Amino acid sequence: MAILITEKTRVIVQGMSGRIGSFHAADMIKHGTHVVGGVTPGKGGESVLDRPLFNTVREAVEQVGAEASLIFVPPPFAADAIMEAADAGIRTAVCVTDGIPSQDMMRVKRFLRRYPAERKMRVIGPNCAGIISPGKGFMGIMPPHIYMPGRIGIVGRSGTLGYEAAAQMKALGIGVSTSVGIGGDPINGSSFRDILELFEADSETDAVMMIGEIGGPQEAEAAAYARDHMKKPVVAYIAGLSAPKGRKMGHAGAIVSAFGESAQEKVDILTAAGITVAPNPSSMGETMAMVLAQRKAA
Amino acid sequence: MDIHEYQAKEILARFGVPVPRGGLAYSPEQAGYRARELGGKAWVVKAQIHSGGRGAAGGVKLCKTPEEVQAFAGTLFGKQLVTKQTDANGKGVYRVWVEGASDIAQELYLGFVLDRKSERIMIVASAHGGMEIEDLADKDPDSLRRMIIDPATGLSEFQARELAFQLGLRGGQVAQMVTTLRACYRAYRDLDAVMVEINPLVVTHSGDLVALDAKMSFDTNALFRQPQVAELRDRSQEDPRESTAGDHGLSYVGLEGDIGCIINGAGLAMATMDMIKLAGGEPANFLDIGGGASPERVVRAFRTVLADGNVSVILVNIFAGINRCDWVAQGVVQAYKEVGLTIPVVVRLAGTNVEEGKAIIDGSGLPLISADSLAEAAAAAVAARPRKAA
Repeated sequence: MAILITEKTRVIVQGMSGRIGSFHAADMIKHGTHVVGGVTPGKGGESVLDRPLFNTVREAVEQVGAEASLIFVPPPFAADAIMEAADAGIRTAVCVTDGIPSQDMMRVKRFLRRYPAERKMRVIGPNCAGIISPGKGFMGIMPPHIYMPGRIGIVGRSGTLGYEAAAQMKALGIGVSTSVGIGGDPINGSSFRDILELFEADSETDAVMMIGEIGGPQEAEAAAYARDHMKKPVVAYIAGLSAPKGRKMGHAGAIVSAFGESAQEKVDILTAAGITVAPNPSSMGETMAMVLAQRKAA
Repeated sequence: MDIHEYQAKEILARFGVPVPRGGLAYSPEQAGYRARELGGKAWVVKAQIHSGGRGAAGGVKLCKTPEEVQAFAGTLFGKQLVTKQTDANGKGVYRVWVEGASDIAQELYLGFVLDRKSERIMIVASAHGGMEIEDLADKDPDSLRRMIIDPATGLSEFQARELAFQLGLRGGQVAQMVTTLRACYRAYRDLDAVMVEINPLVVTHSGDLVALDAKMSFDTNALFRQPQVAELRDRSQEDPRESTAGDHGLSYVGLEGDIGCIINGAGLAMATMDMIKLAGGEPANFLDIGGGASPERVVRAFRTVLADGNVSVILVNIFAGINRCDWVAQGVVQAYKEVGLTIPVVVRLAGTNVEEGKAIIDGSGLPLISADSLAEAAAAAVAARPRKAA
């Protein structure tokens, strides 16, 4: 079944008429994603890539049954676009936009709480590469050919480091059920823990590769969840062992500011929770292969 | 984005935080004039740099005469002040703040930060201020009070009152504390701050609250809607390489080593630095070229990395998704020719248009070292470093 997206998921793109939006929408369609339309306020009635454009997300939900939305909207308007999707009844929104103000995301998270659990939208990102279920469909900016279809889930903050993990696994013949980029911002829609929960429940996922980095409390929270609630093995890598304290490393969230936020502390916390941590970024694939072999033998 | 103490005090005062009277000076003479203008018997002269720990570094002094104010200010201007929070070069002093000395009965700590766990604004306060929050958390963790603010309702008066009582304040101080807390919260929220800190917030002998020092830091992603905050940017306080790189869409952080890094994506950049270290080398920098990088941006990345005289080899590691390997490869070749490179360059390309990219690198006839994997690239970069004469 994979998680979050399959070949059946009815996808729209908010910002599809833009240069970047249409480029990636075309790539998604080429790789089998079921793109049913796009939203650009003021361009309702026109079409892009042979798909209808709508003025509002609500129209896209009502007229073409949109279930998931990929958001390519500039930072000043992105939070509003996410809230529009949530209110229209979209189930999953993936926001690629980099540079959304923190307080806008704070408002988005508060806004989402108004909906009961059964109709609350899930947000992936912002500032992420997106999600892909190889061979079925994807929403985002990743190069789909580097993923081999299979039964390992990937979840990571960094887009390119997620590519690295997928490529290393493919080289060893290990495929991916779904790969999820949760993004590099301090406030994001879904945490590591949220995605681990989905993978644990997914019948087509056998194990999870989790790629964290310095800064923030989410890896520690995920470690506790994996220890207490997961039967599937988790392999992790944490980037930033060589990062100096107090310096922001590119991502708005990648800064060591509290206890437990350095790479070494996170490695220790994950190891203590029974998670196998890859010792370096070029051994993510091997470490997963080793853990899978151990599983098989046991 | 950081601002100076005097700017933070001006902003907070506008929202209702009590601050001491003071004046800004751009020269020693002006500092002496400010002291006379303010009147009184004692003044505090404070170097304005974007760093804490100024007192211990000799950037702050209590002076008894306007002449002394002027003389001390004279020692500050143009100086690179090195504090325990700056690097070895320190930060240049070009502005000095002169304010009337306050009498101090008690020092409190007050901070507003973004709490990533609750994803809300959190107040951190202590009845024992004056030292850095890290030291406070280390030496006196029980004194720290934390309170999380619901963005839908803001900071309620009863919450602020509760915190004031917890800090041991009494009588009229409680009302002053409520005003101060609510003012800081509104300033944080309305101006898209990411940090507001008053340390110390003092209680004077007459029982009044005064913000003796103030720090504010702002969300760079929100500067587009905060023009009056964006105006306060002071480039003299930034690492010139980092700010110039930022102007060209590059995210750069200078480090101590000699292997220059040009990478796409913050996570991959950090991972590559880790890999270099494991291979026995030291990265000279963090550099993320961002998405959709043109050949020109790649050339700019080379110039940025080469501005660091310690760099003896360059490692280019690109796993392209939204980027294109062929554009990056063109940029590498162009940089080689334009910049006149004399040091070894290791190039590892993967992802979008990788074959086209590799063909450009291999067909260039330049002495570029190709690598296929991350581990290979790091090992090649470490091996390519010139041996230093013993």
